[in-house]
Amino acid sequence: MSDTLKLSEARKGARGVIVQVGEHCHHKGDAVELERRLIELGFVEGARVELLHEGLFGRDPIAMKVDDMRVALRRHEAASLTIRLDGTAA
Amino acid sequence: MDMQVRTPRVALVGNPNSGKTALFNALTGAHQKVANYAGVTVERKEGHIRTGEGRALTVLDLPGTYSLRARSPDEEVTRDAVLGKLAGEVPPDVIVAVADATNLRLVLRLVLELKAVGRPMVLALNMYDIAQRQGLRIDLETLQAELGVPVIPTTATRRRGVAELIAAVDAAAGTLSATAESEWISPDADALRGKAREAERIMKACVKPPERPDTLTGKIDGVLLHPVAGLLILVALLFVMFQAVFTWATPLMDGIEGVLGGFGAWIATVMPDGIWQSLIVDGLIAGVGGVLVFLPQILILFLFILLLEDFGYMARAAFLMDRVMGGAGLHGRAFIPLLSSFACAIPGVMAARVIDSKRDRLTTIMVAPLMTCSARIPVYVLIIGAFIPNEKVWGVLSLQGLVMFGLYAAGIVSALIVSFVIRKIFWRGAVEPFMMELPAYKLPDPKSVAFNLWLRARIFLERAGRIILPLMVIVWALATFPYPPEGATQPAIDYSFAGMIGRALEPIFAPIGFNWQMVIALIPGMAAREVAVAALGTVYAVADPESATSLLGATLASHWSLATGLAFLAWYIFAPQCVATLGVVKRELNSWKWMWVMVVYMFGLAYLAAFVTYHLSVALGGG
Repeated sequence: MSDTLKLSEARKGARGVIVQVGEHCHHKGDAVELERRLIELGFVEGARVELLHEGLFGRDPIAMKVDDMRVALRRHEAASLTIRLDGTAA
Repeated sequence: MDMQVRTPRVALVGNPNSGKTALFNALTGAHQKVANYAGVTVERKEGHIRTGEGRALTVLDLPGTYSLRARSPDEEVTRDAVLGKLAGEVPPDVIVAVADATNLRLVLRLVLELKAVGRPMVLALNMYDIAQRQGLRIDLETLQAELGVPVIPTTATRRRGVAELIAAVDAAAGTLSATAESEWISPDADALRGKAREAERIMKACVKPPERPDTLTGKIDGVLLHPVAGLLILVALLFVMFQAVFTWATPLMDGIEGVLGGFGAWIATVMPDGIWQSLIVDGLIAGVGGVLVFLPQILILFLFILLLEDFGYMARAAFLMDRVMGGAGLHGRAFIPLLSSFACAIPGVMAARVIDSKRDRLTTIMVAPLMTCSARIPVYVLIIGAFIPNEKVWGVLSLQGLVMFGLYAAGIVSALIVSFVIRKIFWRGAVEPFMMELPAYKLPDPKSVAFNLWLRARIFLERAGRIILPLMVIVWALATFPYPPEGATQPAIDYSFAGMIGRALEPIFAPIGFNWQMVIALIPGMAAREVAVAALGTVYAVADPESATSLLGATLASHWSLATGLAFLAWYIFAPQCVATLGVVKRELNSWKWMWVMVVYMFGLAYLAAFVTYHLSVALGGG
């Protein structure tokens, strides 16, 4: 069974691989721009991610390890990223 | 031959946190010039170097970016400078892509994008010493072959590789073909994906993962980003910072005041009495002094900010504060500008440049002057001393201290409310994305911190000076002319334009409990808030009010009701009583409209707050 979820729903300690960038839950122009910005910051399909830290209020924002760099983002933006957790088949 | 006539131009382009500015400093040393780009308020840093053969090169330090697709005013400058589209700028002859050698993936994608621009390029692998210490192996030959550009390892902080980099740039400078045309077009998401994949392939081919990866950053983050401990540390850090800003700076500020006061007194003895003496002593020296006196506080504040920034903490502070400020519609990065505004709104407004999004930047600038700047302190101290009894609350807390704290808190809370309203009214709830790199922690380099501190101080004095000097002269003229008639019995200011304006405005201010003397004091107080203290001294004819605050306080206490005193405090939380800040806001936003929006909303809030305070106090028996 493949265990994919939106990065915005992941909890601290979750590790996996990005399988999809861009999820058109925003209105169109914003979503396209967000997708490009995410890719520019290293959130690209195949990148390894690990959720390192969560903020105090509403567990937001989150600090990620993306390949070998660290990035902070809000869960609102993380909703555009789908990851497959480690230890599950594709 | 044409190439020899013009000095070749070199542009430094790189990701944020790649040590680009350190490399710029290593290349150019003190030979650099900071100005603004025409029409925009992005800092333009240019320097000069000489090659081994003695040829001159001009180097431009461009704002850090992840992509040529610009999102902030800073990044637009980088894009336009690289593409040669910037008004008044020549396109660069050589692009130096600056990379953090320990974090190559994103910059490789940027390099691939930059290649489409069609200009000669050199890749500087900066922080190479850290990469070596981590046992990170980079195959320079393969990287060079894959990218098709010379690759030079550098360690800017130790000036390693700088001569080699200059030589490579010099060699590349001659290779620009006259027909080079930029093929760069704004990439769509799939083009970006393609480049990212290509960068990943080059990474795999050239870079072996580090043998001793940086685990320290993770460990430090475990503490500093801890949801509870992290916030407590941030609060403690802020506390120390404020203590430092207000206690360490005091002797220096007293020194500056003493020197300027002495200088003014000396001028007064050597110059004949009259208009010129008055202009120099009361206008220029007093005016410039009013700004200069904040330099120690601003330097201490900047020292903290530079240290924390270079250490890598500022991005963490933005992370911790994002949710708190996000609730009010502010960006996590607004934290730094708002923090600076506690010393003075001018560096705060200028620091808002770090915010990518135009809307977030504008909101931040609009609320920055609500933070209690140190120029309000003399006013607060005077009024609190005069009207608030020096008592203890519950035996431990000083009532005067509590009122002071309340005034600070009122500023912060109102800034949050105003930014919330701005978002609701002007942006209709649109939320800008918050995402940023959390750079690896590094020990700040003392030399670069000292250099940047000096640079910041110079910029502050130049900008503030250019705006403040002419304004000071105007305010002085208002308070000086026309001269009092023969045999005048009242202080001279009563007969001046300021006096006339004060009396004319008195009916407007009567409902908030201000008398005409107060209104007159508000006019020179527009130059800088603390000048109002001296002006009150003048209208109540108290000699030397600066050193005799208690005497002036006693005078005020006998002339004003408690309600009036409190209303004056409430007024000062909000009133935009500082033309220098307004001038900087106009420049930074390049908009008269927003400056006037600020003037109107802040005076509006000031009037409302003073009105409510006055009438509540009267109703409670303070009239």
